[in-house]
Formats: sequence, C-alpha cells, structure tokens
Amino acid sequence: MDEEYDVIVLGTGLKECILSGLLSVDRLKVLHMDRNDYYGGASASLTLNQLWAKYRGTEKPPASLGSNREYNVDLVPKFMMANGTLVRVLIHTDVTKYLSFKAVDGSFVYKQGKIYKVPATDVEALKSPLMGLFEKRRARKFFIYVQDYEEKEPRTHEGMNLRAVKTKELFAKFGIEENTIDFIGHALALHRDDDYLNQPAYDTVMKVKLYAESLARFAGGSPYIYPLYGLGELPQAFARLSAVYGGTYMLAKPDCKVEFDESGKAVGVTSEGETARAKKIVCDPSYLPNKVKKVGKVVRAICIMSHPIPDTNDAQSVQVILPQKQLNRKSDVYVFCCSFSHNVAPKGKYIAFVSTEVETDNPERELEAGLRLLGPIDEKIIDTYERFKPVNESSLDNCFISESYDPTTHFETTVADVLQMYKGITGKELDLSVDLSHASAAEE
Amino acid sequence: MATAGTNQRQAKLVLLGDMGAGKSSLVLRFTKGQFFDYQESTIGAAFLTQTLSVNDTTIKFEIWDTAGQERYHSLAPMYYRGAAAAIIVYDITNPDSFTRAKKWVQELQSQGSSSLVMALAGNKADLEAKRSTKPEEAQAYAEENGLFFMETSAKTSQNVMELFYEIAKRLPKLQPAAQPAGISFSERSAPPASKSSMCCV
Repeated sequence: MDEEYDVIVLGTGLKECILSGLLSVDRLKVLHMDRNDYYGGASASLTLNQLWAKYRGTEKPPASLGSNREYNVDLVPKFMMANGTLVRVLIHTDVTKYLSFKAVDGSFVYKQGKIYKVPATDVEALKSPLMGLFEKRRARKFFIYVQDYEEKEPRTHEGMNLRAVKTKELFAKFGIEENTIDFIGHALALHRDDDYLNQPAYDTVMKVKLYAESLARFAGGSPYIYPLYGLGELPQAFARLSAVYGGTYMLAKPDCKVEFDESGKAVGVTSEGETARAKKIVCDPSYLPNKVKKVGKVVRAICIMSHPIPDTNDAQSVQVILPQKQLNRKSDVYVFCCSFSHNVAPKGKYIAFVSTEVETDNPERELEAGLRLLGPIDEKIIDTYERFKPVNESSLDNCFISESYDPTTHFETTVADVLQMYKGITGKELDLSVDLSHASAAEE
Repeated sequence: MATAGTNQRQAKLVLLGDMGAGKSSLVLRFTKGQFFDYQESTIGAAFLTQTLSVNDTTIKFEIWDTAGQERYHSLAPMYYRGAAAAIIVYDITNPDSFTRAKKWVQELQSQGSSSLVMALAGNKADLEAKRSTKPEEAQAYAEENGLFFMETSAKTSQNVMELFYEIAKRLPKLQPAAQPAGISFSERSAPPASKSSMCCV
C-alpha cells in the first residue's frame, strides 16, 4: 500500500462508497479502506449472528428466529423514493445492474393514535378517511394545484411566486387544516420538523410532486422501493463500481490513521506500519473524531416479529410516519418494516424499526407511540447512536467528512450530503439530469 | 453464435483465484476470442455476457470478474449472491496460486449456494516446461471437493470453450430461483444520438 493516490476513502458506508465509485469513474486513483472486515460501516446490513454479536455480546440468537444467513438487518433503515436522487445516482452510474428492487407495499401516517394510508393525489384525497368531507375537497384542490404546477408555466402559478410565498401562506390560501398540513409536510414532503412552514413554498411543492410521481411509477402502494437483500447491497454495489474502475479495496485495516503535514494538510493514511499518500481524504466521522462535533442522538428499536404491522392491510413492507405535533415532540418518529418479501428475513419473519431524534433523558420512552403500533414483538434491541457533523475547513486540511445518518426513513438527505461532498472534492457539480423514463422498470 | 434453443436461461458465473492466474484472460478468450500477453487489470467492465447452446437450452452467462477485489480479500457477499456457477482459476506454474485456489473453494462453500456448479481450471497449460502443479493432484482435489477439473490455456484457447460447455451442461435443468423476481432498472434502447455516453460493458 506504499503508494500515492489521488484520494483515500476511509469507511465503506453508503456515502463513502458512492463517492469512491464516482471518483473512480472520474479516473481518479482511489484507495478505499475500512477497519471492519465487512462492507457498509454504519450503513451495513447484518446477519442474525452479527446483530447478536453487536448488541447481545456472547448470547446466541434463539433458534426460533430461523437461519442466520437469511437475515439482512439494516443498521440505518431507509427506503428509496422511486424517482428520488438516489435512483438518479444509480442510473447515472449504471450501478442498477448489480441490484434488484421491489416496491414497498405501504406508506402510512399517524393521527390521533391510529394510522392511515397517506393520500398523495386529488383522487386519493377524496377517498381518504384522514379528512372530513369539506377538508377532502380543499385538499383535493391543493393536490391539483401541486400536480399542475410548473415553474416555467406562469399560468399554473395562480398568481403566487412560490419562491417568495411561505409554505404556511400557501396552505392558508387553500384553507388547509392543521392535521392535513401535518401529513402533507411530514408524510409527503418528508420534512423532519416544522421549519419549512416559514420557508418559501417551492421546496415543499416540489417534494410533494416527487412523492406523487414516485407513487405513480410502479403502481404500488407507496412511492418507495427497496433492494432485495437489504440496504447493505448498496455500498457493496458502489464499491464494485469503484473497483471496476480501478479502485483498490482493503478491508479489516485497523487504525487507519490520517497523517498531516506541518501546515495541517492531510497527506496520507497509515495502517499496520505502512503509509499510503494521497492529496485528499474522504471519510465518515468515526475516522476523524477531532474534526467533527456532536449534533444529535438517534434512538432506535430493532424488532423481529412474526406478523405484519397491524392495520396496514398486511403490508410486507411499510413506512409509518408519526408527525411530531401528533406526539407533542419536536421531531418525527419513524416506523419502518421489511420482511422476507425483500429477502431480509426468513419466511414469515418481519423486521421493524422505530427511530427518532433523542429529545429527553429517557430515549426508549420516546419510541413508545411507534412501538405500540407493532403488536407483539419476538425480539427487541434498543440502541442509541450519536450523530456528528464535520467542523473542519476542507480547503485548509484536504479532509472531506460525511455527516452521520439521520433517523429519516428515506435517502433524500443522504444523497444531498454526498452531492455536496462530491462538489467539494472535485470542484464540479454532478450532472444528474438522467432521463428517468429511459430506465424503465422491467419486471423480471 | 448460438441458435436460439427452446429454453432460454440466464446464469451468473463468478471467477475466483489469485491475481495473475488468468481469470480475465479466460473470460476474454471465451467472450471475444482474444488474448493479450500483458492483460491489464480489467477496467470498466462490470460483467461480460456470452450465450451458449447446450442441447435444446440456450444459456446466457453473465460473467462477473473480481475487479481486483480479491487482492486484499475484500470481495463483497454480493459477488457470490445468486451465482449459479463458479470457476476457480490457478496458474499451473505457480504453486501458491494452487494453494490459494483451495482457500477460494472453502470460501465458496461457506458463501455460495449449495447447488453451485464449481469448476477448477489449471490455467497457463501452454507453459508445460514451468509446471509446478501436476494434473493428477488437482484432479484428486477436485474430486474430493465436488468440483470438475480441466487444464486450460487462454493463450492457445485449449479447453476454454470446453470448460464453459461443461459448466453449461452441469447447470441444474430447473434452476432454483436464484434471484426472486424484482424490479430491475434497465436501460431502454434509446436513439444513439440522444443517449449520453454511458461507460462499460
């Protein structure tokens, strides 16, 4: 490994693997290392034995759970929006050919102790029991406005400049009630708190459009797709892309110490007595703990069950969003469930996750409303992890550090971070204007 | 090359073995009929495909090369996932590569599916003068471990077609669904003018 590289990437989490792939395709010479002997870092998918080793020490998983290798338990469970940026990156890089996806059965939202299918179009709004008769009509008008809205077509604007009008003013114009605003903002536009209400409405309108268009894509019960065998497949697929374009891979490398010169610029990485030199270092926060600060803490419950989540029409995969206001919280609670239908568990088994941003001294209690929705749980693991954000100045130290994964159950924020890092590293924007219609979803 | 048989099948085939044993050269000989004395490590080829007809079945091999990830033992589980066949390649002039081929067989037995067809290929058979591994030794090892064995030369093309034909013949008639049906994003053939240049394959 005593060589010179353009970039050394530390950690094989999804963000680092996407970057490694993109940079190798750009013909940069990339060395990619991980201290673990498996791919995925904080975003790996674990087998049952790996899961138990991580959280239950020497205890062995009960035999009733079935075969170890049939489990692929995500450490950061997330769904992909069918028309979202991650899918664009996958198509742009042609990594789709290593992966197979399946639509997610359902998308639900929590209101006053019960869950409802998320309506995303004018037609669904009229059918939804989530709203009263008059509210349905108002919501229908709002959805038609969103569907028709084109920034280049002023006649679709109805006299409003969405770059200036606040989101709450747009809702007020349609007379939308607070509970409806809650599900549109959190379950459709996927905002994590209520800051968006005071931001220009354009962003929210585009996000609701993305949700509706993704929903229409595969005619499933949700706008989401998810890879067979779990999300751990994604970093592996991007790592393969990087390797195919000449990237060098080393797993199980202890230490991985970043070396700096007198001026504080990173110059390479040392592991097991050997130093590889590089102009730039890309890594997750765990490799440069002195250059990141704690920005929050996530609590999650990993639950293995033998039944689907009740009241979801027996969905074998589903997302439920519990908007913060419904729970008198500052941040949303997310429920994510996947099963044997996506090859992440043996037949008849379901893996559900409940996660949120920690707000109190008793994180487990913050998950209660979500856990109550699950019904009987065979095995439950509670875990908290701290979230970090880089505080360094990349132009001064040549280090490019990703942010920790947030508790959301989708990838939009993840990819935004990757694209920003890509721009920082290469000085250019990644052109993601792929024609989504070129990549048709072929049912095998 | 193959006339369409009545049955069409797709089979993922993975290559394993030491760097320099000739994995890429074997694939290149099989898929393109080419050989280069100094084969660069494969860049940009995600996988190559080649179709073979055996009796009334047409098999489309989707051949995955290691892309150098074998060098530091960093092959991902994805590599083995859904593979119907594997070729473990060693260099008959390099005793270490034969030792390591056995390690790859162990790895496959723990990671791959139980119905996997495994072939052991002693490559560089044209370099008889420098031989270090006897065919009898490899044959005995292969028999003990449920592989079939052939000596090949990507350079002279000796036994290369035969190797792939033998794999095709041994594939189970009714392949257990290796990849359950899912959505795959496939590039629809677009008019060349409008298509941005996508790399590879």
